[in-house]
Amino acid sequence: MADIAFAEAHAAPVIRADTVEKRYRVGDVEVKALKGVSFAIAAGSFVSFVGPSGSGKTTLLNLLGCLDRPDGGRLTVFDTDIAGLNRRAAARFRGANIGFIFQDFNLMPVLTVFENVEYPLIMVQNWPSRRRRERVMDMLAAVGMAEQAGKRPDQISGGQKQRVAVARALAPETRLVLADEPTANLDHDTAYKVIDLMRRLKTELGVTFVFSTHDPKIVAAAEIVFRLEDGRLSREGGPHA
Amino acid sequence: MLSLIVIAWRNLMRFGRRTLLTAGLIAIGVLAVLLFVALSGSFKNLMIGQFTDSVMGDLEIHHKGYVASLDNLPLNLNLTPAQWQRARAVLAADKTVAAYAPVVKFGGLFSNFTESTNVRVNGIDPAREAAVLPLLPGRVAPADAAGLLKPGQILVPQLLANGMKVKVGDTVVVVTTNRDGSVNGRTFTVRGIVSDLSGPGGRDAYIDIDDARHILRLATPEVSEVLVRLKSLETLHATVAALRSALDGGPGKPAFEVHGWDDLSPFAHIARLIDLLTLFVKVILVSIALISIMNVMIMAVYERIREIGTIAAIGTPPGRILGLFLIEGLLLGVIGAAVGIALSLGAVAVLHVHKVSFAFGMGNGTVILSPSLRVSDIVTVGVVVIVVAVLASLQPAWKAARMDPISALRHI
Ligand SMILES: Nc1ncnc2c1ncn2[C@@H]1O[C@H](COP(=O)(O)OP(=O)(O)OP(=O)(O)O)[C@@H](O)[C@H]1O
Ligand SMILES: [Mg+2]
Repeated sequence: MADIAFAEAHAAPVIRADTVEKRYRVGDVEVKALKGVSFAIAAGSFVSFVGPSGSGKTTLLNLLGCLDRPDGGRLTVFDTDIAGLNRRAAARFRGANIGFIFQDFNLMPVLTVFENVEYPLIMVQNWPSRRRRERVMDMLAAVGMAEQAGKRPDQISGGQKQRVAVARALAPETRLVLADEPTANLDHDTAYKVIDLMRRLKTELGVTFVFSTHDPKIVAAAEIVFRLEDGRLSREGGPHA
Repeated sequence: MLSLIVIAWRNLMRFGRRTLLTAGLIAIGVLAVLLFVALSGSFKNLMIGQFTDSVMGDLEIHHKGYVASLDNLPLNLNLTPAQWQRARAVLAADKTVAAYAPVVKFGGLFSNFTESTNVRVNGIDPAREAAVLPLLPGRVAPADAAGLLKPGQILVPQLLANGMKVKVGDTVVVVTTNRDGSVNGRTFTVRGIVSDLSGPGGRDAYIDIDDARHILRLATPEVSEVLVRLKSLETLHATVAALRSALDGGPGKPAFEVHGWDDLSPFAHIARLIDLLTLFVKVILVSIALISIMNVMIMAVYERIREIGTIAAIGTPPGRILGLFLIEGLLLGVIGAAVGIALSLGAVAVLHVHKVSFAFGMGNGTVILSPSLRVSDIVTVGVVVIVVAVLASLQPAWKAARMDPISALRHI
């Protein structure tokens, strides 16, 4: 019997993981990156996975983001079994439901701030231009980057880049945002501001945020914290000091 | 507004100098091909024109078997008057035919009373001959508005005139053996000298067709060959085929044979060689475009692995990623082709102002090449370059579209 840790058990879970396993093969050696993790995340949560290096945070977020498939157990995101999606279907699923924020921001250097946020609306979804324009400006205003809309990524700071990345992740009316170490390349003040922004937008837009970090001060900002250790969830709970 | 084209363009401009160099290389290739096509095309047309318009017409009709023994100018393989009438009727009905002229040909002896040499004699209908061979009157000195020649006159090839010191107004003798084996001769007044043209025109003299029949003692108006001029050389092969079937005498009774100039002239081989060289130059262009664009696109994919991982992770469909890189290669090809075509048009315009002259075995020295670019050549080269650009980008673009987002994102 799996012990499923329900976060906010009263809300319908956005993510439900049941003894999820993930193994990597490196030559003859098999690495068990996830050794059967079970949890559920309700809609509108602000969740952090924390743990030491190599504990499996990235592996888990890749599974939640439908970028990879579990080797065992069952993982559903928005009631969709991740294991059943082929490459194309997974891409479509990600485009329709999930926003990504990366450690290195990963903005397209040849596009302006505005165009970076516009990108998923036109290349992933096919929004009409007027609606696109309004949405991009709304999102840029929400992350406080409207003034810099015409700048290129190399003309703005790291914190600003990550704000743009947040806007890009949220622009296509995403319901779930995954962020693997979103603050690792930011100084502490900036990191905290970005996390704060994410939490504010979560409340305003009702989006579920899941991020990973090993910075304890950032962890403190999370409403729900899952601790990963050597591929297992060790404990879960509310904010930690 | 963002679009695949805008993104592709920005990505190309990311390494502007590299893009410029590659597009420049393609442009130079296009320029080389189009200039070669224009120059060799005009040279070829000029060369073909020299023969079709002053010696042999665009196509010729003979009695069956005549061409096989052309060197002897056989007298027993002439078209009978009935056959000639039939050929005339067919030619008159063919809408692609501009003019035609009957010729009685024979080999003979040419004498200025002190020495003699062999000669190929063409008995012609002067007005019809001039209509079929518009460049022939221009080769005759002195020019005469009244026509090529009158009965009793002869046009002597420059080769013979020089060798035997024959001048206009001199009296010369032409002697030949007729079909029955008896020898006959006649005196002629030299009306003009026909300038040399390298090739088969070197020993051709011209007299009136009735004089020719008279020397040969032909009882009926036979014809050795019919020279035909077409309205356009483009229809050559179609017209040859049409005439062949129209003149077909039924099974076992083929009376006629029809040959295009390219069957009869050794210069057809040179024309074919030029076509082959053009093909080689085109192959080189295709290779340049293929290799340079493939090189740039492989680099572009390699440099942007993490970006590809990012756009794939956020859900860009693989087809869009493929399209992004294909359009990038396409743009590169379009730019190269457009610049190359513009340069070529400019270069051809310059060549029209500063004419290219060319020594081509003409008595009067040089001829002038007038290179021109046909729209079809420009379109063909442009389309080929653009298609090659897309093909060259296909493999790198495919690789980008197939990339696994996780490993692409981890790429350093
Ligand atoms: N592609 C891979 N091939 C082989 N082993 C891998 C691969 N990815 C991760 N691992 C292994 O799986 C385990 C979990 O790695 P993971 O990257 O999920 O950890 P992490 O918690 O994100 O660590 P970090 O804090 O350093 O980012 C580690 O032992 C790692 O070596
Ligand atoms: Mg990690």
